[in-house]
Amino acid sequence: MNLAQYQHTFRHWLVSASDETAQLLGNKTAGLAVYQNNYRAQLVGCLEQAFPNLRRWVGEEAFLAASITHIDQHPPHAWTLDAYPEGFHQTLSELFPNNPDVHELAWIESSLNEAFVAADAQPLPLEALASVDWDTASLQLTPSLRCHALTTNAEAIWSALWQQTATPEATMRAEAGGLLVWRRQFTSRLREVDALEFQAVKNLQRDGSFAGLCEFLVGQLGEEKGIARAGELLAGWIASELIVGIAEVAMPAPTFDPVFSDRPR
Amino acid sequence: MSTPNPHFSGYGLGLRKEHYSEFLETSVAVDFVEVISENFMVAGGQPRYILRQIRERHPVALHGVSLSIGTAEGLDRNYLNRLKSLVDEIEPLFVSDHLSWSRSGGFNAHDLLPVPYTEEALERVCTNIDMAQEALGRTMLFENPSSYLAFDGASMSEWEFIAAMSRRTGCELLLDVNNVFVSASNHGFDALAFLDGIPAERVRQVHLAGHSQGRELLIDSHDSPVCAGVWDVYAKAIALLGPVATMIERDDDIPPLADLLQELSMARVLGASEAYKRSQVRP
Repeated sequence: MNLAQYQHTFRHWLVSASDETAQLLGNKTAGLAVYQNNYRAQLVGCLEQAFPNLRRWVGEEAFLAASITHIDQHPPHAWTLDAYPEGFHQTLSELFPNNPDVHELAWIESSLNEAFVAADAQPLPLEALASVDWDTASLQLTPSLRCHALTTNAEAIWSALWQQTATPEATMRAEAGGLLVWRRQFTSRLREVDALEFQAVKNLQRDGSFAGLCEFLVGQLGEEKGIARAGELLAGWIASELIVGIAEVAMPAPTFDPVFSDRPR
Repeated sequence: MSTPNPHFSGYGLGLRKEHYSEFLETSVAVDFVEVISENFMVAGGQPRYILRQIRERHPVALHGVSLSIGTAEGLDRNYLNRLKSLVDEIEPLFVSDHLSWSRSGGFNAHDLLPVPYTEEALERVCTNIDMAQEALGRTMLFENPSSYLAFDGASMSEWEFIAAMSRRTGCELLLDVNNVFVSASNHGFDALAFLDGIPAERVRQVHLAGHSQGRELLIDSHDSPVCAGVWDVYAKAIALLGPVATMIERDDDIPPLADLLQELSMARVLGASEAYKRSQVRP
């Protein structure tokens, strides 16, 4: 058995724990068992550390069963263990097909972890707003921002679990909304937003255009309310350090007059 | 025999989250700290910030667990680029990883899997070390891992493999005394044969740690103090090597920092004793 064959066989042993593979590796059961245990314990520990509140929500037994299923079906590939929790939501969707609260809690915890080590970016200083041409302004969102549609009260559940207070029953929202996760300084943040803000952020993620944002909101709310809402949202995002830069880009002229009274200066 | 090790860099600890505040807010009596490289090979956020703060106070050694130097398929260029970025920023005292493999066919075990001690594996390990050292632009240290399995087709001992590896690549060595103790027990070899067999002049750093008793084998668990047997092997090691940069690794059941510093003082005493003995020897 050459080196590549040996490593392929060892890999197969870790993933399958099959007797046939153990035989190929000399059937040294005590040593093989140590490596098998190390491999699985490491991955279970990784998922437990990544999803502490989800684990409390579904219960330790169900979480362990889901972890084992995930480990059996999805061996790790990345150089860093930090990447391993990323695919866990897919396994949870299969195991808990009728529990969107579980899927959304998994997304929250996974995104908080990702945001914690996302690329650094300085929040936009207020002085940077002084000379912006808003017709062509392209807003740069923080690289730590993650967005997800929200259909349940998962934000309230997660917050209660995090604060170790009484958790509410899982319920469906009357209207769909959204979740934003990002990092301010060194702390990951979670915010529930309504459907309009969620869509506005998604639009901004796509092209960054402030004029496009105004156009979208005017289309939804009418000119006066739409432009006022664009100003409110922009002010809130800047205060929350979601916006980290403004660039001016050559863009086609918008189909409405973007001048409005409460434009941020 | 009486020449002091020109590279000696003192006594350190593995830096763990539980002790960040003390390292940042107080003056901790260590000569260097060691961090797990992968924990800081991230885009940004608090980990990199803390490491920069620590680096202003102490020399830092980068110790990796995912280079997979023994992999048959060559190294991961993306991993090396990330490590290089961290090395360039931190300017570490040492850059080390393990004589092990974890990656095969796109799979990553996230464990230190045993390299078979064969000529073919030696060729591959040396090729990979050459690639890593060239990519980083510096000499790396490689650590002897604890192992729980011996390969039937091995053509040399672990120490013969390590000596050849170091000779061929110019790499330096991180001697993990606890791993020597654990592997010697698990495979039935003499720890002193290991110490005698590795090139002493290539050892730049020593690890000390605790282990636990498994059902049939000793397990490198890093969850307890250094035991008397490991201190005994350490004393014998520095008698052969002279004073060498030494640190304690603790990764589980982490005690107060004061306890680890107290434990580290044992290494200081043994090192000072050895230095004194050497100073008394006249050519």
